[in-house]
Amino acid sequence: MSTLSRKDVAHLARLARLAVTDEELDLFAGQLADVLDAVAQVGKAAVEEVPPTTHAVPMTNVMREDVVGPSLPREIVLAGAPAAEEGRFRVPRILQEEA
Amino acid sequence: MSDTLVGFDEVLTRYEPVIGLETHVELGTASKMFCGCSTTFGAEPNTQTCPVCLGLPGSLPVANAAAIESTIRIGLALGCRIATWCRFSRKNYFYPDIPKGFQTTQYDEPLCTAGHLDVEVDGETYRVEIERVHLEEDTGKNLHVGGATGRIHGADHSLIDYNRAGIPLVEIVTRPIPGAGAKAPEVARAYVTELREILLALGVSEVRMEQGNLRSDVNTSLAPIGSLEWGTRTETKNVNSLRSVERAVRFEMRRQAAVLDAGERVLQETRHFHEDTGTTSPGRSKEEATDYRYFPEPDLVPVAPDEEWVAKLAAMLPELPAARRARLSEEWGISPTEMAWLVNAGAVELVSDTVAAGASPADARKWWLGELARRANDAGVDLAELAVTPAQVAELVGLVAAGTINDQLARQALDGVLAGEGDPAAIVESRGLAVMGESDELVGAVEAAIEGNPDVAEKVRGGKVQAIGALVGAVMKTTRGKADAATVKRMLEERLL
Repeated sequence: MSTLSRKDVAHLARLARLAVTDEELDLFAGQLADVLDAVAQVGKAAVEEVPPTTHAVPMTNVMREDVVGPSLPREIVLAGAPAAEEGRFRVPRILQEEA
Repeated sequence: MSDTLVGFDEVLTRYEPVIGLETHVELGTASKMFCGCSTTFGAEPNTQTCPVCLGLPGSLPVANAAAIESTIRIGLALGCRIATWCRFSRKNYFYPDIPKGFQTTQYDEPLCTAGHLDVEVDGETYRVEIERVHLEEDTGKNLHVGGATGRIHGADHSLIDYNRAGIPLVEIVTRPIPGAGAKAPEVARAYVTELREILLALGVSEVRMEQGNLRSDVNTSLAPIGSLEWGTRTETKNVNSLRSVERAVRFEMRRQAAVLDAGERVLQETRHFHEDTGTTSPGRSKEEATDYRYFPEPDLVPVAPDEEWVAKLAAMLPELPAARRARLSEEWGISPTEMAWLVNAGAVELVSDTVAAGASPADARKWWLGELARRANDAGVDLAELAVTPAQVAELVGLVAAGTINDQLARQALDGVLAGEGDPAAIVESRGLAVMGESDELVGAVEAAIEGNPDVAEKVRGGKVQAIGALVGAVMKTTRGKADAATVKRMLEERLL
């Protein structure tokens, strides 16, 4: 059984920039522990000789030539932004990250 | 908050510095790291983005072959081992300058490891061990609005331009460099200078520090002399000129010594360097590596440079700066110490280009290390940032050699070049700087000097020939330096002796 403390969940929430209530901390701690348990099942099946796999297909060196292709028109790029100003994405003030 | 500082020399009586550098270099590829967007500097904001570099759903990155090749070449030039197999990783964090919510980088499997770079300071060689060279992507640019321009303090909101997001960025990380003592600030600067020279020789980046092509994070720690353990380090971010690299180390040494003297602990933190004051101030506290939740990038396949390719790249490396300097020293007939002055002044390429443009090696060195170095120093900029090209310096030297202008007039012509008035010959014309020939005006000035100083003239006539200098000076004064001193002397002699 995995356990996840409220502190762990609060930390993860902060890294994900999510505002989580006290009740939700308890709820998510339980749910995330269940997810970890489910994933831990894989550990039982894996055998030691099998190296960790990150790709299903054993390919290497897929590269592109250094050639410039078209970019998106700026109106389309900014159309998806919640707010834009002077051709740029407008975001809230960045808090306590830098001085 | 103002920091207490200990005098630099006093720091060294009690503490031993250890420095380290992490240098980011924007590669000069035509397209971005994982997509075909252009990397041209200075384009309108957000006109060089696409679904891949914006991290839109369903987009798939593909690595830029030229960027991988450039990284391997950098590794080879630094004597690194090149990985036979490595992967990209995702570094997860939320900050508006990364549109994807993660930066694609390399974590535990860098492309190049275990290299070294020898740098020279005051005739002493310091070996800087390179821990790793890896490839990642650059972030977007924030513009903080409200409050002081561009600064985050007091900003109401930020505006983001993602043109830079996704440009290939190579990070070169040194191992800690102990034992430099009083020379630590200069070793840091010499390292970045030498690295920049190598990158230029390789042609992998424009390495224009003022455009942010090359940015160094400078780590500094102090430990009491004789201590077996190193002190806690601070990381001063984004130091953007060679001069500032040296200043940042110097300032941190002085600040940390004051903290330690007060019996306090140095905080492990990121600090920001302020160009205007030469000081650092605290930034965000450092995230733990685990907070980034690195994992192998599933959208990119591993990179496995084959031996043959690496061998071919190694064979095609250009002459590296150290070898080039040895050759140039011989060609220019200068000693290693004189060459070291040029290196530390960041002037090797400038002098070489000036010589290539027609100046003699001696004249090119004289100008770059003398008048031009003085002006760069006065302006607080690096030599290469001065608004004068090697071709213009060669032209200036040529005008002096041809007798069109003398050194003093050449300095006035240089004023014009730096003020953006054009090339030296044109400025000599427009400002009327040419040395006066034996014109009526000069004859008048010579005769006026004799008449105005009868006692001096009499002395010269009486055989005290060295007294003629006072008369030459008088003529130079009336002609505001435009006369040629040798010509004036000859004309005076003709009339007095």
